[in-house]
Amino acid sequence: MASITIDERICKGCGLCADACPKKVISLSEHRMNANGYLVAEAVNPQNCIGCAFCAVMCPDLAITVEK
Amino acid sequence: MKVFEKTKMLTDVHMHYCPGCTHGIVHRIVAESIEELGLEQKCIGIAPVGCAVFAYNYFNCDMQEAAHGRAPAVATGIKRCLPDRTVFVYQGDGDLASIGMAETVHAAARGEKFTVIFINNSIYGMTGGQMAPTTLVGQKATTCQSGRDPAVNGYPIRMCELLATLDAPYYIERVSTQDVKHVLAAKKAIKKALKFQSEGRGYTFIEVLVSCPTNWHMKPVDALHFMAEECTKTFPLGVYRDKSAEEGKEHA
Amino acid sequence: MSKILLHGTEAICEGALRNGCRAFFGYPITPQNEVPEYMSVKMPQLGGVFVQAESEVAAINMVYGAAGAGVRAMTSSSSPGVSLKQEGISYVACARIPCVIVNVMRAGPGLGGIQPAQGDYFQATKGGGHGDYHLIVLAPSSVQEACDFTYKAFDLSDKYRVPAMILADGMIGQLMEPVELPPMRSLSDIPKKEWATDGRFGEKRRILNSLLIEPDVLEPHVNELAATYEEIKRNEARCERYKTEDAEIVLTAYGTVARICKSAADKLREQGVKAGCIRPVTVFPFPEEAYAAVAAQPSVKAFLDVELSLGQMVEDVRLAVAGKKPVRFYGRTGGNVPSEEEIVQQALRVLAEEKRI
Repeated sequence: MASITIDERICKGCGLCADACPKKVISLSEHRMNANGYLVAEAVNPQNCIGCAFCAVMCPDLAITVEK
Repeated sequence: MKVFEKTKMLTDVHMHYCPGCTHGIVHRIVAESIEELGLEQKCIGIAPVGCAVFAYNYFNCDMQEAAHGRAPAVATGIKRCLPDRTVFVYQGDGDLASIGMAETVHAAARGEKFTVIFINNSIYGMTGGQMAPTTLVGQKATTCQSGRDPAVNGYPIRMCELLATLDAPYYIERVSTQDVKHVLAAKKAIKKALKFQSEGRGYTFIEVLVSCPTNWHMKPVDALHFMAEECTKTFPLGVYRDKSAEEGKEHA
Repeated sequence: MSKILLHGTEAICEGALRNGCRAFFGYPITPQNEVPEYMSVKMPQLGGVFVQAESEVAAINMVYGAAGAGVRAMTSSSSPGVSLKQEGISYVACARIPCVIVNVMRAGPGLGGIQPAQGDYFQATKGGGHGDYHLIVLAPSSVQEACDFTYKAFDLSDKYRVPAMILADGMIGQLMEPVELPPMRSLSDIPKKEWATDGRFGEKRRILNSLLIEPDVLEPHVNELAATYEEIKRNEARCERYKTEDAEIVLTAYGTVARICKSAADKLREQGVKAGCIRPVTVFPFPEEAYAAVAAQPSVKAFLDVELSLGQMVEDVRLAVAGKKPVRFYGRTGGNVPSEEEIVQQALRVLAEEKRI
């Protein structure tokens, strides 16, 4: 089964991953911030992940690891 | 099995770029290309002045930090002395197309055998959003607050087209970071340029359109749409020089 | 070893090449055009790199790259061109990249003229570009010294990781004199530079940088530079004294002007005036102790500083003499060079005035 891991420490909450995900796996948290004050991206529908890595391709901060 | 993890050609230092700025994507695809081509053990990079000024903290190879606009001259010094190394310069539009125009054009005209990664986000990012040589007509900046007016500020400079008037450059392409498809194409172009360099072919120049959500005053996703819809009108994507294709025809 | 007749610019090139310089980047400007011309022929013969840069700005930055990659590199120019290089010189000084910069001075300010001058003393010895830094600055007064000092400049620059400058006036650039050339040094004899960003396989990566954005990082770096300059002052200050032992009037000058001063001192002695001459070989570090020692001599009534400028080195002379004796000044500008007789007359005038007081 495919899955993603988001390193929340370095996520800047830009949302490019969520926009790129074809399966709506990722969404920006509405209330959870990291130490830098960014509302972090989180896998809200992990079961839908197909391991395409589009999120990781668009993440400018290399915060996402993808496994299949 | 991991299908995507960070390349070893980047250090573990967290990048300082603003949220949604696609500089980080370009860092990644440059670093991955170097690693995939097996050039990571003989690589020297040159960082510019501008948003990418700290690039020496991120690329996991020998790095020199150049004065504003002078990266092509610095790279010339290195590559001429150490022709078997892979030398790349990473420059923004103010650095490359404004203050460093002379160094850029002359390095290209001499056919210096290094690779230029040119980041075009049509604005001075680091200094806070002033007009760049690449600012679009009508685009607002802190030094043209009603939008770039050609009567006052002239027109944006198209670097790929300009350099393609020279005889020496081996490979020139403009790519974009507007979506997954274009990022993959950008990586292909960068990898091609670095491979040509490793084969000693000649001067290689890749212009990458990058977003600046902060100074464009847009949300990151909207900035990508702006890049796709507006920036590419002034800066059409495509290959402007490919001597390998010409050489291929000659051989055929 | 036999001597050969060489042009000053050729002697500079030979000094560089014979001490392992294998990269030269230059741009044409009178009166040093023979340097890039000579290098364009000789460098390829030795397997080195010659590039005619698009500007003086580019040339010094090519030096930054090449010298940063561990190669002994040099650039050459004349006054207006050296002004253009100042940005790059500040960067190599901060990033601690050893290299050699040649300035064959011409008359200024502005585009000025193409005749000899010494108007760039402040620029050369006090930093020149922005920020706190110094160069090691050697001032040759003959074609032989142009060769020897350029040779030595590479060793000094490498030793301290401080860029070095050859501060020559236009006369050195246009003179021909017999020179004994040093032997060609083997590149394997030059110490390896562990800090160089040469993309060595599999070793720990290196960074050459002049951006130290945290105040608590930059200040220690600047302090380290300052400590190096103090060490250079202690170890490397050099000067030449000529008949100063019993002198009542001490002429002082650097470069080719010092040779005219030595002749003037001889002329004065023929007339019964005890004249001597002191000449800094290194203008940074300035040989303060030697000047202080001469100033302390009871025989000395006054110094006469002679320059092809409005008076720049005279400030360092006054600091070194520290009020012990009067320091008078005579300068010519615009590309004019004082004659021996002119200096004799000035020395007699100074002595007469001092005796009247």
